[in-house]
Amino acid sequence: MSRIHVTTSVNGDEVDFLCEPDETLLDALRNRLGLTGSKEGCGTGDCGACSVTLDGRLVCSCLVLAAEAEGREIATIEGMAEGEALHPLQKKFIEHAALQCGVCTPGILVATKALLEKNPDPSETEVRYWLAGNLCRCTGYDKIIRAVMDAAAELRRA
Amino acid sequence: MRFEVAASVAEAVRMLAAEPGTTRVLAGGTDVLVQLRSGLVEPDLVVDIKRIDGMREIRAEDGGFRIGAAVSGAELGEDAGVRALWPGVVEGMELIGSTQVQGRATLAGNLCNASPAADSVPAMVAADAVARVAGPAGERDVPVAQIPAGPGKTTLAKGEFIVSIFLPARPAGSADAYLRFIPRTEMDIAVCSAGVSLTIGGDGTCTAARVALGAVAPTVLLVPDAAAALIGSKLDDAALDALAAACSAAAKPIDDKRGTVAFRKKVAGVLARRAAVIAAERARG
Repeated sequence: MSRIHVTTSVNGDEVDFLCEPDETLLDALRNRLGLTGSKEGCGTGDCGACSVTLDGRLVCSCLVLAAEAEGREIATIEGMAEGEALHPLQKKFIEHAALQCGVCTPGILVATKALLEKNPDPSETEVRYWLAGNLCRCTGYDKIIRAVMDAAAELRRA
Repeated sequence: MRFEVAASVAEAVRMLAAEPGTTRVLAGGTDVLVQLRSGLVEPDLVVDIKRIDGMREIRAEDGGFRIGAAVSGAELGEDAGVRALWPGVVEGMELIGSTQVQGRATLAGNLCNASPAADSVPAMVAADAVARVAGPAGERDVPVAQIPAGPGKTTLAKGEFIVSIFLPARPAGSADAYLRFIPRTEMDIAVCSAGVSLTIGGDGTCTAARVALGAVAPTVLLVPDAAAALIGSKLDDAALDALAAACSAAAKPIDDKRGTVAFRKKVAGVLARRAAVIAAERARG
């Protein structure tokens, strides 16, 4: 298979890489660009651990071909904190202990950030439905939802 | 596997027609990528159609809407016009997968994946939606109901692909609805489903109806007897009972891990009845 040259934007930085035609965006992020924050849980779009945004739209990077990223804008968990300063969502997840093993956390943070940009004042039900595609096998979700609601309130005050 | 990005419909057709091996059209990829990664399909060529002009557009046309083949469920749901005219089609599409899947999945892809349980298809069949198919012989318009041939199979010929789905205009007093049964609240595949589209005249009489069932046959099933039970009625209990009975009679499901024949036949009628009531409420505004 001949490799494909892809130029794209990741977290605001222009990057380029060579990938196989059947390589996923998730694999390219992790293995070619060293951005290992996005995780592979299921690899079939069910668990959301690989969530990123593609041109601002929340997607599973395991269901995107790396070659599709040509000329697009990708945002991953690595772009969430500003230097050492954590995003309010990240702070609230720590404060509420909204994670245990942490594998689902990057995807949930990316998904939640996308929600709050679209809807700064979601109900608990809206948060739960929005995150239905982000599986967590540790927490039972309750602390995650509390952290999201608290972060949303703080962001509205900011 | 080769990956190609088509710049035009004609170029996509040429690429798909020229490849002697297995081809896949890539729009949202939420089914194609899963098949690719599981090894279920090993395509020789994947053609990305998303960069073709119009593929990601929703256009008003003849009082209806033309939905480009690469318009995602999220984009469809954000379109107030489509939501107002065909709320049942939008709610069917929005039930597919998670928020992440909605960011990519498409009506045309859901149709071409040809699952009997595809959530957008009963609503599209009830809507009498029309797929525009491009191929080596040019373009043709095909009723959505004629696209699936059986589980995982379509009637599309070599080199053909769907470029858009047309949702037609409809008279005042019209609406549609889609319901499915799943044992959870989200992220599941329909055990049984029903789409109902209807028109209610000024005196409250139902003047037109189409009823389609999902996951109870190898393809989505249009049930003319169920529509006939509604047309001419005021959607009273007797008419709704007749609709439910017609749906249960028409359903030809299988037993599998998600449901039994008896359960699906019963629930097909229950869901169609409930969908008809919701569609009627919407039609009355």
